[in-house]
Amino acid sequence: MATLAKPNLPRFDVEIFQNEYLADGAREVNAIVTVTSTGGGTSGGRPLGLADAGPQGGDANAAVVILVDCSGSMDYPKTKINGAREATAAAIDALRDGTAFAVVAGTHEARDIYPGDGTLATASAATREQAKESLRRLTAAGGTAMGTWLAKADKLFLTRRDIAIRHAILLTDGNNEHESAEDLARTVERVTGHFTADCRGVGTDWRIDELRKISSALLGTTDIVAEPSGLAEDFRSMMTGAMGKQVADVALRIWTPANAAVKFVKQVAPAVEDLTGRRAEAGPRAGDYPTGSWGDESRDYHVCVEVPAASVGNEMLAARISLVLPPQVGGTPEVLSQGLVKAVWTDDLASSTRISPQVAHYTGQAELASSIQEGLEAHRSGDVDTATAKLGAAVRIAHATGNEGTFKLLQKVVDVVDPKEGTVRFRKNVSEADSMTLETRSTKTVRVKK
Amino acid sequence: MPQQTECPSCSEPMDLDDAYCGRCGAGRDGRAAPGAMPASWAAARGEAVPPQRGPVCVNCGQAQVTEDGYCEGCGSAQPRPRDHMEKALAGVAGVSDRGVRHHRNEDSFTVAATSLPGGEPVVVAVVCDGVSSSDRPDEASETAVDAASESLLTSLEAGRDPEGAMRTAIADAAKAVADLATDGAGPTRPDVNAPACTYVSAIAAGGRVTIGWVGDTRAYWIPDDRAGAEPFRLTQDDSWAARMVEAGLMGEAEAYADPRAHAITGWLGADAEEVVPHTLDFTPHVPGVLLICTDGLWNYAEAATDLAYFVRPDARTEPLLAAQTLVKFAVAAGGHDNITVAVLPIEPSAAALAEIVETPTALDLKVIRPAAAAGNDDDYEDHEPTLPDLPVIGSAAAPLPPAPAPAPAVPPAPPAPPVAPPVPPVPPQPPHPPTA
Repeated sequence: MATLAKPNLPRFDVEIFQNEYLADGAREVNAIVTVTSTGGGTSGGRPLGLADAGPQGGDANAAVVILVDCSGSMDYPKTKINGAREATAAAIDALRDGTAFAVVAGTHEARDIYPGDGTLATASAATREQAKESLRRLTAAGGTAMGTWLAKADKLFLTRRDIAIRHAILLTDGNNEHESAEDLARTVERVTGHFTADCRGVGTDWRIDELRKISSALLGTTDIVAEPSGLAEDFRSMMTGAMGKQVADVALRIWTPANAAVKFVKQVAPAVEDLTGRRAEAGPRAGDYPTGSWGDESRDYHVCVEVPAASVGNEMLAARISLVLPPQVGGTPEVLSQGLVKAVWTDDLASSTRISPQVAHYTGQAELASSIQEGLEAHRSGDVDTATAKLGAAVRIAHATGNEGTFKLLQKVVDVVDPKEGTVRFRKNVSEADSMTLETRSTKTVRVKK
Repeated sequence: MPQQTECPSCSEPMDLDDAYCGRCGAGRDGRAAPGAMPASWAAARGEAVPPQRGPVCVNCGQAQVTEDGYCEGCGSAQPRPRDHMEKALAGVAGVSDRGVRHHRNEDSFTVAATSLPGGEPVVVAVVCDGVSSSDRPDEASETAVDAASESLLTSLEAGRDPEGAMRTAIADAAKAVADLATDGAGPTRPDVNAPACTYVSAIAAGGRVTIGWVGDTRAYWIPDDRAGAEPFRLTQDDSWAARMVEAGLMGEAEAYADPRAHAITGWLGADAEEVVPHTLDFTPHVPGVLLICTDGLWNYAEAATDLAYFVRPDARTEPLLAAQTLVKFAVAAGGHDNITVAVLPIEPSAAALAEIVETPTALDLKVIRPAAAAGNDDDYEDHEPTLPDLPVIGSAAAPLPPAPAPAPAVPPAPPAPPVAPPVPPVPPQPPHPPTA
């Protein structure tokens, strides 16, 4: 594995699901793109776990920085800072030998507590122990300025430019009080593309939109850990995920013909993430949308293209979709795999009115996510009617599409009277944790039932 | 001058309507399209020589065409080999075209020639139309054509009688198409929308013609002398409309005006309950051509006399030209479906000519039906071009062949049940003695 001079790249497969038949005059082409990466790297297709942290070591293809909130509020209750220490320790234990890593204590400023010299340490039995020792220095005192934490992580990663896969884990319990939203946004924009990041909010005093802005830009996830006791398990699985990544900076390249336009590009599985605004031009009529790092996994994207209308009997290529790796110095980008989205105009109504089951499914999942978000927003502003209608719609979609995870979360916020019709009543005493959990996880989707 | 069917410059097949080659951009006269300056000229003029580019897009005419057949600029699908196909041999020719409203050609055809064990030449033509609502209809038609032509040639070369060869060929084609459903390339449930196509084929040897069909692909007999002999349709569709008419439930006009008219009741495919091949064998007494075609053609000229109007008078000597003209007509009429037609010139044999003295009919027709339908010959007659109550112009004394004109003393006899195979009506007016 790590002894190979050139790492084995995973194999990327692109599958396109669409109904290419359009009625006369129709211009919108929808397709679901399923990208699956398999093999290559170190796991050989098996899920990575602790057992995979083999003895060979020397695998310096990944770097991880753990950013732990050490603001004063982490002490109230005390379990939060204790949970954070335990979780960080669990994450350190999950580091594969050879991985570069650092631990940063974040307050109104960022302080690297391990290795503490402005560089990254290399994971081994010894460094893991030392790192865990140093966690005693994680003490709660100070404010919160996440921009400084991210800037610190960026600086640490820059010491090891040879490492392709760079990932940060950010834990916080509160909102970004000691920094303006503009400053944070500026920092996020500056570090975007340098590394990926997963964000975790512990308790219920943090802001979902704030963390989601960071994780969306840095192509990671945001989740809630309502109880500090759950942190260790969550950190371990996040780290396992990060260790499973084998190739970084993969982009979804979309070529469209002249006079066509990409209306939107969304990741729709495992979670909804709008990538439309992330386009970087890549040659004539082509644009790259970042997808971050890949391990053994499968993701779905919904691509919507508007093409110039053509008469019945015509066929055109509406989009050519490929997975590309950034060019090596002086080289050309490597195309990993590609699929074609077509448009065929027909006067056969049976063909043109058919809706691709995949497109229908993910259109529903995206609507599910937005219904939940809008419903909870309406509830916060006191508009119970809108909130009930929106969450009712969400219940109906979750039920119809078999999204059981979201359905269960919805049930903690509303009493479901009729899941088929989406008839619901708001519960009397909804806990803040349940409401936040529902909102945070609203973007999680399920795949099409086979 | 026969129309060019391939690019004079690079031999790429060209559509009848193409002014320029889709591959190299050359015009029909072999010269480059306007705006495309040969690199050598540019170099001679001291201009930068454009880099060598691939084929030029048929739609936007500029950008490069990629290997997968789409324009890198406007995305248009480029013509595919099957979009327009022409094949011609001595004694048989066929043309197939995508038409206007379908994005691909789901028809397929072939023409072939070989010799019987005795050395006599024989030509065959097979035309199949993929059922659009089925999975991979283009593959179905191609598979059926390949299997049937192979089977026909093998049987005929082995000396089998044409009718037997025809039945075997239809059975072989049916099996080949049915096998597509389980080749693993389609949906997981082979019983859903299994690949399917309709079928018609013809064998012509020594003045004798044998046709076989399943579905609504048709065969027409078009004599050279349209005034002296009636053109007519030889096949009876396996279609909803034909069934309604056959069962006496509807008149022909009413049945064909129904939206269900074209629903086919017979096809080749795994989901066909039972393939009932129809065959027919006849010996024309006059020279003419046999047409076999898909509904993309006959939809625009359903009646044999109408269709004959578009068949060139020299079809027998220029079968390819005749086929091209018919396809062009259907494209011009709207091209709603793929269009395929094969033309087989037929010269009456010496034996047939000898017979003509004895019988006033233009041809002998022997209808061979599947066993199940045997004894039900008269239904065939319903689909003959009828000549309803034509006013007799001119001299009433004109000799009208089997007319019960001078009312006899006996009451008019009910129409006798056809004892012999049905005979196409001979035009009563003006009286033309059958000519050789």
